[in-house]
Amino acid sequence: MRYLPLTPDDRTAMLAAIGAKSIDDLFVDVPEAARLDGPVDLPRVAGELEVERALSAMAAKNATAGAVPFFCGAGAYKHHVPATVDHIIQRSEFLTSYTPYQPEIAQGTLQYLYEFQTQVANLTGMPVANASLYDGSTAMAEGVLMATRVTRRNKAVISGGVHPHYVKATETVVHAVGVETEVLAAAIDAEAAVIDQIGPDTACVVVQTPNVFGTATDVTKIAEAAHAAGALLIVVVTEAVSMGLLKSPGEMGADIVAAEGQSIGNALNFGGPYVGLFATREKLIRQMPGRLTGETVDADGERGFVLTLSTREQHIRRDKATSNICTNSGLCTLAFTIHMSLLGETGLRKLALLNHEKAVATRDALAAIPGVEILTDRFFNEFAVRLPKNAAEVVDTLAGHHILAGVPYSRLAPEAGMDDVLLVAATETTLDHDIKFLATVLAKVLAA
Amino acid sequence: MSTMNTVGRPTAPNQVQTKPATLTGGRGLLQNEPLIFEGEGWGKTGVDLPEPRTDASDLGDLVRKDPIGLPGLSEPEAMRHYVRLSQKNHAIDLAIYPLGSCTMKHNPRLNEKMARLPGFSDIHPLQPISTVQGALELMDTLSHWLKTLTGMPAVALSPKAGAHGELCGLMAIRAAHEASGQHEKRRKVLVPTSAHGTNPATAAFVGYTVVEVAQTEDGRVDVADLASKLGDDVAAIMVTNPNTCGLFERDILEISRLTHEAGAYFYCDGANFNAIVGRVRPGDLGVDAMHINLHKTFSTPHGGGGPGAGPVVLSEALAPFAPAPWVVHDDNGYRLIEREEDEAEQAFGRLCAFQGQMGMYVRALSYMMSHGADGLRQVAEDAVLNANYIKARLGDLMSAAFPDGPCMHEALFDDEWLKGTDITTLDFAKAMIDEGFHPMTMYFPLVVHGAMLIEPTETESKAELDRFIEAMRLLAQAARAGDVDRFKGAPFHAPLRRLDETRAARSPVLRWTAPEGSNQAA
Amino acid sequence: MKFTKDHEWVSLDGDIATVGISKHAADALGDVVFVEVPEVGKTVAKGASFAVVESVKAASDVYAPVSGEVVEANDALSTAPETVNSAPEADGWFAKIKVSDASELDALMDQAAYDAFLATL
Repeated sequence: MRYLPLTPDDRTAMLAAIGAKSIDDLFVDVPEAARLDGPVDLPRVAGELEVERALSAMAAKNATAGAVPFFCGAGAYKHHVPATVDHIIQRSEFLTSYTPYQPEIAQGTLQYLYEFQTQVANLTGMPVANASLYDGSTAMAEGVLMATRVTRRNKAVISGGVHPHYVKATETVVHAVGVETEVLAAAIDAEAAVIDQIGPDTACVVVQTPNVFGTATDVTKIAEAAHAAGALLIVVVTEAVSMGLLKSPGEMGADIVAAEGQSIGNALNFGGPYVGLFATREKLIRQMPGRLTGETVDADGERGFVLTLSTREQHIRRDKATSNICTNSGLCTLAFTIHMSLLGETGLRKLALLNHEKAVATRDALAAIPGVEILTDRFFNEFAVRLPKNAAEVVDTLAGHHILAGVPYSRLAPEAGMDDVLLVAATETTLDHDIKFLATVLAKVLAA
Repeated sequence: MSTMNTVGRPTAPNQVQTKPATLTGGRGLLQNEPLIFEGEGWGKTGVDLPEPRTDASDLGDLVRKDPIGLPGLSEPEAMRHYVRLSQKNHAIDLAIYPLGSCTMKHNPRLNEKMARLPGFSDIHPLQPISTVQGALELMDTLSHWLKTLTGMPAVALSPKAGAHGELCGLMAIRAAHEASGQHEKRRKVLVPTSAHGTNPATAAFVGYTVVEVAQTEDGRVDVADLASKLGDDVAAIMVTNPNTCGLFERDILEISRLTHEAGAYFYCDGANFNAIVGRVRPGDLGVDAMHINLHKTFSTPHGGGGPGAGPVVLSEALAPFAPAPWVVHDDNGYRLIEREEDEAEQAFGRLCAFQGQMGMYVRALSYMMSHGADGLRQVAEDAVLNANYIKARLGDLMSAAFPDGPCMHEALFDDEWLKGTDITTLDFAKAMIDEGFHPMTMYFPLVVHGAMLIEPTETESKAELDRFIEAMRLLAQAARAGDVDRFKGAPFHAPLRRLDETRAARSPVLRWTAPEGSNQAA
Repeated sequence: MKFTKDHEWVSLDGDIATVGISKHAADALGDVVFVEVPEVGKTVAKGASFAVVESVKAASDVYAPVSGEVVEANDALSTAPETVNSAPEADGWFAKIKVSDASELDALMDQAAYDAFLATL
């Protein structure tokens, strides 16, 4: 078998060196009742060609974003990733290395993580960021937990504009530890509604900008209200490119930023692996979950980088850890770093403007369709529309015409009573022709 | 003679023997590389984009005015920067990477090719279900392989890492106890002293009190101690099998029987599944929930620390509580249940947005299909054989923590053999670096003093094992002979010497900051 | 100065007890990087965790050797945690506690008893 280097002769020689008669001798501690006599009931070994054919057949049954007019967003965005990114992350030294616990032979990983931490801190407008979490949704959950530790209060107030999956993932975890959540009703443009719900037991308010309906909000007043009450402001961002155009969460007073970095460097990948961005204030760093890379010197006085403040983490703190997290997003984090290095500030701002331009053009095209109501006023690259028909059905019909027209809000939250709301995203990959095609076919479908 | 090249140059080495220091600090192929923030690239970009036709004035004050602080690089510069960094990393592709408990096996490149098929990588998680039937088919097929290999009836795919899987398993257990009205009284989780830190961290996170279970002299769970601590106030036990000492828990059937009799569930940490895959099914051992690290047993890349994936196989009793989303296959094809409804009515919630680590599912399935059931069984056998070979060939010079009987896929040594040499496990590990090897896992498990945990995996050839063993033997002999400086000052030949971790923790510097008065952002 | 089995020391002056960790504990921890001292005004119970001391590779709870109210905390440790290593039984003190029951010290070990105890470990 191509991945197993031992030959029968090797095995014989090795068993002899060990003093065992057969491999079964080495499994002697397995209770007899649990020993399998032979391979389990699954297909046998297959060559590369066979595996490629089988998996390609599965892949061929999926409609790919790049092959059709594509307008899906809602937390995962299609952007163009330069060829360099994917090439570098497949280098042996990045692909096949481990967590940098031996820093002398892992400076490659440690240095790019330090660069990543700086990029994320600057992008979010915050003083410090960690070396990434799994994704934006678990980053939000970790943010809420951190806020309860810092404030010693027990309640999180969550706006009606936060992505429902993020809300659910957060509730699943924080409820388990007795933290209360108050989730406001879904609302296109009401991040500030959280202000009225702030009380003495509020550890944090959680808002999203741009929110799930695309609305971009200046959350400065929300930050002020939260701080006046001794609570923290957590800002969730699901489209990292938006911070290339919009005022940063840090500038607006965020205490914790929990964001999704997938847009930079990473493909859609049907939902994962993604990369969670987590940034906070200087005085809160010891409460921050996840890995941290820090600068130091070696025995010869040379500058180097190491994992640091490890005592927050599970392998040392065990049952008193800030979180049970062990991995970060590794290669996805590297992909973000490389793509961001290629973009630079100049490129990121341009990219962001292009996204906004395409979304505005899409909005204008849809606004002209009878029966379509544009719900989102100020947006980055995504907006919500109200259709005169059930949005999920319309999306399915358009899929039949080879158009992926967006995400019906009911897919995220069927109980919200917003079955006629469609979330539409456009990026720099959206062609003018795609917009025209979408508008034409949608108009036909709605008129039918 | 015809015209010939008369420009002479020597073709054999000359006799200069002394080695002067270089003038720039460079060392041959190894380049020094500053941070991207320390270059000149504050206005550059390596991406060609069309000119935007908007200035976003429609967004008024929401537009970001101040510089962000992100340098840019042209493509050649970016390539150089990251290639130079890459040269400072050790990797599986370079040599045996014997980290115990991590399963650093070869990462097949077919997996990378398959994961990058646009049909898997260029699909959005919220597209209409009819347009992603192939993706759901892949998830369902992976589920089938995982269930069959483990002998378990159900699997939750969404956890994003092993630790996330532990969270999933414990939350399913808690949900099951809540459903039967027993959660209020069952607030304890029993964890062996040898457990990985994520185990007690996760149990505490979910609201349980962690009670430690002792270990016997031969490195296994003390069943008598376990039995004495089991009761109707215990929700679950968390046991790693093979355990963190690299040993198979002989009494595992008794352990699971006692646990179930006490009305508790058996959570198994599946980090060491590589030792038994295809030869033993956790379902046959009485396991109720077990996370599987796809980045360990099933070869998805470690990538310098991630991304991982930790699906959790579940027993009949726990299956109803698996978190959303569920992939269901019926006569109409595949569908997703994304909230607590229909068959997934009792799901304990959702662990993350969307469907989980699809990119890792593709890689893992590619790996499984390549090996097949027979290949996977061979994987476990060769992994165990390789570890025992190392144990046998080093046992005369180094002290095995549990010398009697075979180990499984990893060999555990303690620092008893270094007594009196003034050389610690840490020193020994750093000297391994000079010899060209990534050190083994050190100081874990905590139950063994100065632990050295060596896991070769099945993808090491006998030649590489022999090369490693030879180096270890020479080092061990040097340590015993009192060659202290070699160890205390190591590493001498790595890109950097030992780093000051105290300084990094006392005065954390977690980001680059522009010098005062510079015109660069942040 | 008296010692606990968990390697804390306590030194009584009137009804104010100064507490810290022993030299043995400080040496075992290695370079101390961070100390979490209790809040002034907090009530502590003998045997309960009231502070945390961290080195690079370890984090340890510090248990109150006596019950009482914290009247002073050694905030200097936040900028100079290395003091715990250089002077664990002097300047590296963690907190001063107004004891509620001075007789709690009777059960603790004096220097000689503590040294004997260390020899058994």
